[in-house]
Amino acid sequence: MADVTLMKTPAETALAQAYESAKAILPGNVESRAEAFELFTRSGLPHRRVEEFKYTDLRALMREAAPFAGTPTASEAKAALQSAKALAGVEALQVPFVNGHFVRDAVDFGSLPEGVEIVPLAEALASGHDWLARLSPVAWARQNPVYQLNTAFMADGVMLRVTGQVETPVHLRFVTAGNSAVATATRVLVLVEEGASVTLLESHESPNGANHQPNDVIEMVAGDRSNVRHVRLNAEGDGALALSTLTLKVGAEAEFFSINVVAGAATSRHQVFAILDGENTKARINGMTMVKGGQHADSTLVVEHAAPNCESRELFKTVIDGEATGVFQGKIIVPHHAQKTDGRMMSAAVLLSEGGTMNNKPELEIFADDVQCAHGATCGQLDEDLLFYLMARGIPRKEAESLMVQAFLGEAVEFVEHEGVHDALVSVVEGWLRARA
Amino acid sequence: MPAVQETIDQVRSIDVDQYKYGFETEVEMEKAPKGLSEDVIRFISAKKGEPEWMLQWRLDAYKRWLTMREPNWARVSYDKIDYNDIYYYAAPKNNPAPKSLDEVDPEILKTYEKLGIPLREQEILAGVEPQNRVAVDAVFDSVSVATTFKEELAKAGVIFMPISEAIREYPDLVRQYLGSVVPVTDNYFATLNSAVFTDGSFVYIPPGVRCPMELSTYFRINEKNTGQFERTLIIADKGSYVSYLEGCTAPKRDENQLHAAVVELVALDDAEIKYSTVQNWYPGDAQGRGGIYNFVTKRGDCRGRNSVITWTQVETGSAITWKYPSCILRGDNSRGEFYSIAVSNGMQQVDSGTKMIHLGKNTTSRIISKGIAAGKSDNTYRGLVSAHRKATGARNFTNCDSLLIGNQCGAHTVPYIESKNASAVFEHEATTSKISEDQMFYCQQRGLSEEEATALIVNGFVKDVLQQLPMEFAVEAQKLISISLEGSVG
Amino acid sequence: MLEIKNLVVQIEDKRILNGLNLTVNNGEIAAIMGPNGSGKSTLSYVIAGKEDYEVLDGEILLDGQNVLEMEPDERAAAGIFLAFQYPLEIPGVASMTFLKAALNAQRKARGEEELTTPDFIKRVNAAAQQLEIPKDMLKRALNVGFSGGEKKRMEILQMALLQPTFCILDETDSGLDIDALRIVSEGVNALRSPDRSFLVITHYQRLLNHIVPDTVHVMSSGRIVKSGGKELALELEANGYADYRTSEAA
Repeated sequence: MADVTLMKTPAETALAQAYESAKAILPGNVESRAEAFELFTRSGLPHRRVEEFKYTDLRALMREAAPFAGTPTASEAKAALQSAKALAGVEALQVPFVNGHFVRDAVDFGSLPEGVEIVPLAEALASGHDWLARLSPVAWARQNPVYQLNTAFMADGVMLRVTGQVETPVHLRFVTAGNSAVATATRVLVLVEEGASVTLLESHESPNGANHQPNDVIEMVAGDRSNVRHVRLNAEGDGALALSTLTLKVGAEAEFFSINVVAGAATSRHQVFAILDGENTKARINGMTMVKGGQHADSTLVVEHAAPNCESRELFKTVIDGEATGVFQGKIIVPHHAQKTDGRMMSAAVLLSEGGTMNNKPELEIFADDVQCAHGATCGQLDEDLLFYLMARGIPRKEAESLMVQAFLGEAVEFVEHEGVHDALVSVVEGWLRARA
Repeated sequence: MPAVQETIDQVRSIDVDQYKYGFETEVEMEKAPKGLSEDVIRFISAKKGEPEWMLQWRLDAYKRWLTMREPNWARVSYDKIDYNDIYYYAAPKNNPAPKSLDEVDPEILKTYEKLGIPLREQEILAGVEPQNRVAVDAVFDSVSVATTFKEELAKAGVIFMPISEAIREYPDLVRQYLGSVVPVTDNYFATLNSAVFTDGSFVYIPPGVRCPMELSTYFRINEKNTGQFERTLIIADKGSYVSYLEGCTAPKRDENQLHAAVVELVALDDAEIKYSTVQNWYPGDAQGRGGIYNFVTKRGDCRGRNSVITWTQVETGSAITWKYPSCILRGDNSRGEFYSIAVSNGMQQVDSGTKMIHLGKNTTSRIISKGIAAGKSDNTYRGLVSAHRKATGARNFTNCDSLLIGNQCGAHTVPYIESKNASAVFEHEATTSKISEDQMFYCQQRGLSEEEATALIVNGFVKDVLQQLPMEFAVEAQKLISISLEGSVG
Repeated sequence: MLEIKNLVVQIEDKRILNGLNLTVNNGEIAAIMGPNGSGKSTLSYVIAGKEDYEVLDGEILLDGQNVLEMEPDERAAAGIFLAFQYPLEIPGVASMTFLKAALNAQRKARGEEELTTPDFIKRVNAAAQQLEIPKDMLKRALNVGFSGGEKKRMEILQMALLQPTFCILDETDSGLDIDALRIVSEGVNALRSPDRSFLVITHYQRLLNHIVPDTVHVMSSGRIVKSGGKELALELEANGYADYRTSEAA
């Protein structure tokens, strides 16, 4: 298809215009933005003939491109944050963003927990901060059109550096406010230095009924012997088209855990591009998706074992109700030199209703011979025999289904060690199940 | 496994030169002018004495093909094919067609003898139990040179003949089914095949008939710069059964030769078709020079209720394999099965797998794929399992395992699993591993050499699939696998 | 009281029950014995309401009410309890969570108050102690990794907790060693009462030494072919089922 020039869609035209008018005022290095946008323009919004977007046709799903949001006023930001609820009960250092802009007034820079440094990204971009050199740790993420759009348009975010054992979780809170649709492009760079440890929370929310288009990128560089626990909750409103990317480069003997919980948005796609870059590192990347109605949720994951002796575990659970669609695409790459790799990836989906769709594409790409890699994928209904057993004990069908769905999803959540966060996620599941009963 | 010792002996007896079918046969050939054009298509059609509709069908396909683009999604890479540097028709000069084996060029008969394919019925009969007989259609470049047991099969009502003959003798049957499973427009190579196909086999099993013997076609590419474009059509009418085997070889040459076949299977109510392939086209040399480009489209349509189609393939040859034998599970309760062993060594590239399309109720499918990569080869399993809205109660089980020997090769698994029906249950599992050091040590401690141990363990790895093959084929396939892996250890 | 009248049942076009009649009175323990394949387990599943079975004719009345139209959970709330021959493993659902969900669902269906947590725990602990079920077993996922005996004890624990009026024990003795058999039987005997009846399905007489039945019915080819007192079980033990198999061929 490369030599065929397709007509630009209205959304692509709008993005091109938006870029033309924004490029002069966006902070920082113009070249990398220009390069990213040039790459994006060449292929346009990805469609179903682009292999990586086979099941999530962004050209069809993003009919219009929403205008990029401006900086909210202090009172707008305050109001937006006051109404935000996702993971609100968890005691944490709050790092809030409203409409893609870092709300610096909400952070007391004087009393950050020991071992935590925060630099606003817009300023850093404008002044050419040293840490910027560590942006884009995963080179091949630059080939991704969603990532390219974020690079071209990123207006703000933070750079977060962790240098010690940080007990208090850091909560990156993304709120999109207002009822008329806006787009955002937020970028967060997280540097977890050698031996450091942190729990990072992310919540994403927006009001129901608004067709917001957030596109967030979190880039994480985790040093040798670091320990990172990352929990992301998509609690977007029911009209949102939410795109997000996590890039990760982790060093040797480190431990990394990430879970993405999808409980919102009309359409969402979460991409993880991870490189295990040092030996004897253990990574676990989980996903838990609950969709109903006409929702569409895509989890796309590429894990490269770039060093020998690493272990990765990927577990994705999807529950589909109504006419919703779930997508899982996962790939484990093992190059020649990454001997003794141990990689296991599993995607399991349950369809609760007629009319739902699940698309699974688990891939292995292996070039080293001394490895143990496996993937599995299952798709089906809840087990009728188990349902009967529960009902024979007097539990009504809906309740029995709920119990089984909780148990099914629970396997992905049980790895969240922080009790408060764990409980908050369990209530997200309970809330979703109550809403369908 | 008694065949193991035999395998090892055979491997030992072969030196550097692993491909034993690489000889060439000297016969005088008649060819169409080089390149592809309407004239060449008319030439082929005229050579086959085809009716007008067939010519038109070919010409339509050709027009369509000119607008198409070569697919590039498979994980294979090769230099651009010059479609005008190929002979699309090459046949031994022997017209009119031989009426009996006595009229066939003795050089060609010798060729099949060397390949171990008996064409004389009396030779086949000697010492073979009647139920173990195999009827053979021998295709040499662009024409079928002999078909055995035709008369005996005809008594049972089974039609087994070159497709070029069937077009003349059973035009209605051919016209009804040809292109009904793989449409002319299906894909680049299938469309090319529709325009230029030369020969292949036609099989029709009437209602309620269990085909009295195994049917097989043996494909041989001999001529230089020639493409082979065979077309096979098998129809199993209601309640019938047939088992069909296919084998392929070619001489060793520095050039790459194109093989773009189309195979269509149709199973009506309660019918069963077993289709087995042992593909051993010339794979090219250690530097990746020469070898066959095996770009084939194979598809079965389980059109009737309770119908069954089983694909079994042992793929050891070809420089590039691009092949996805598929099942369309249209009839309620129909079943599709795919068993595959794909071995790659040297510079070979394999991108193969299957598609199981569940359309009917209570349809079931099973996929067992074993990939073995050695040398500097790349071996990809690519498969689709899908359940459509109405495929209530569909079931699939997929198991694909890859084994890597050495760290210069690659093994990849790319499954697509799409369900639009809540009651469909799909289970997929895949593993990639190497031969464990513990296993090797255990075997070696019991006195096996490294090579013997590898052969033994590989045989175990592929056992589930070998069991699906008819006995003689299984033994042959087992030898082939070991020969293909020769020199990959240590 | 449970009455089964002319019950005809098939599964996937295969007839399993052929006009079965059976009455079990309040407080009665009825044993059903019969060769493999006679339809014993089918009967238990049909009473409990498993979906796969197609009831072609007949009715099942529990205290005069036809249960065939009821969902499995409604039947459970009405007092029917099936102790499964092969209790199912439910990964991810702790036994305690399950027990509480079941108990409260039934109470709710009967219009009773839900139990408070301390009250619930008190009841579970009491029942568990009697059945020699260690506490940590209750914290584990239901039946996951339990031995055969542990699973059966867990079934009886549920029975004790849910207080059903009509209990079906489907081959509860299978896979039990003598100690487990004693514990399970004691648990069942403790639940005997004038307003609770039992249907004990078993292949062997052994269980009936521990749970002594009031009546014994012989089942063959989907029918009750002979009924009698507890002595009938001993007779079967001595002579086997040979006499009853002939009817299958007919």
